[in-house]
Amino acid sequence: MIAVVGLLVGILLGFIFRPDVPIGLEPYLPIAVVAALDAVFGGLRAYLDGIFDDKVFVVSFVSNVVIAAGIVYVGDQLGVGGQLSTGVIVVLGIRIFSNVAAIRRHLFHA
Amino acid sequence: MPEPVVPEDPPSSRRQLGRALRRPARRQVVVAVLLALVGFAGVTQVLSNDVDDTFAGLREQDLIDILNGLAGTTQRAETEISRLERARDDLQSDTSQREAALEQAQTEANTLSILAGLVPVTGPGIRVTITEVTDQVKLDTILDTVQQLRTSDAEAMQFNGEVRVVAQTSFEDAEGGILVDGTLVEPPYVIDAIGEPDALDEALTFGLGPSYQIVEDGGEMNVDQLRSLDIESVVDPTRADFAEPQ
Repeated sequence: MIAVVGLLVGILLGFIFRPDVPIGLEPYLPIAVVAALDAVFGGLRAYLDGIFDDKVFVVSFVSNVVIAAGIVYVGDQLGVGGQLSTGVIVVLGIRIFSNVAAIRRHLFHA
Repeated sequence: MPEPVVPEDPPSSRRQLGRALRRPARRQVVVAVLLALVGFAGVTQVLSNDVDDTFAGLREQDLIDILNGLAGTTQRAETEISRLERARDDLQSDTSQREAALEQAQTEANTLSILAGLVPVTGPGIRVTITEVTDQVKLDTILDTVQQLRTSDAEAMQFNGEVRVVAQTSFEDAEGGILVDGTLVEPPYVIDAIGEPDALDEALTFGLGPSYQIVEDGGEMNVDQLRSLDIESVVDPTRADFAEPQ
């Protein structure tokens, strides 16, 4: 319950403050959001599997975001930022799909 | 037909989820904070995505790609423009050629209709007045006069302001005058001729020319050179029955 409330509060705060994304962060924020979504779905799946651990969740969340943004940053430095961010999005997308599939199996047995 | 399986108690996963929603544990706080972060960041990104139409924050490579795309578009547009311009030039030269042809045809038609006597004309020329003083002027003499005017390039002629003289015009003797193209023309005969006035005058008044013959016949000829002369009478166009253009 607190988790759901937290999500809603975050969304509300975003709508209220409407912060401008710093230009330096602009290429990385979408990647970070997708990585965080992956971590969230992973966490939900782990919870349904009964192996959820909040420390693991926090670590995986932070590392997901940092690694995704870091890969894209390195890619930018190497001049392949666009391609690498596409690659990261593809990988995260696949992971999100498989996590959601596992969650679906848990909730609907299908 | 088998009944749909209705689970007697909700699956354990759902129960687990429901329990978590109903009875929050303290460790959910961390999750809540992270989820709040995700929501915040997600909304921020969505909003900035909506607002941001500038190129700020784009990678160098992206900018280069956009620039390349624009260059390609420009080139295509320029090709299209030059193609259309060529088409326009073609059409214009087509039009002007057609206009030139039309103009030429018009000029030709004008010349021909003057020659055929289809239109009223105006220009410099002479007015020949033939009066009968002592005797009737012979048809041959009149014909001679017309022939002389023709040979000295009279472009249009008319008799007494009513009959136009063209290539097919006929002359006949008649009671009280002459028949020109079937129309009775009575003396005094007034012949209007458009052409070079001096040349026309000369053609009638040389040594033993028409003027001499008219005096012989018992008439009198008077020639006026006019700067501007109107010939109003026309002939009806006739369709050639036998001759065809080659």
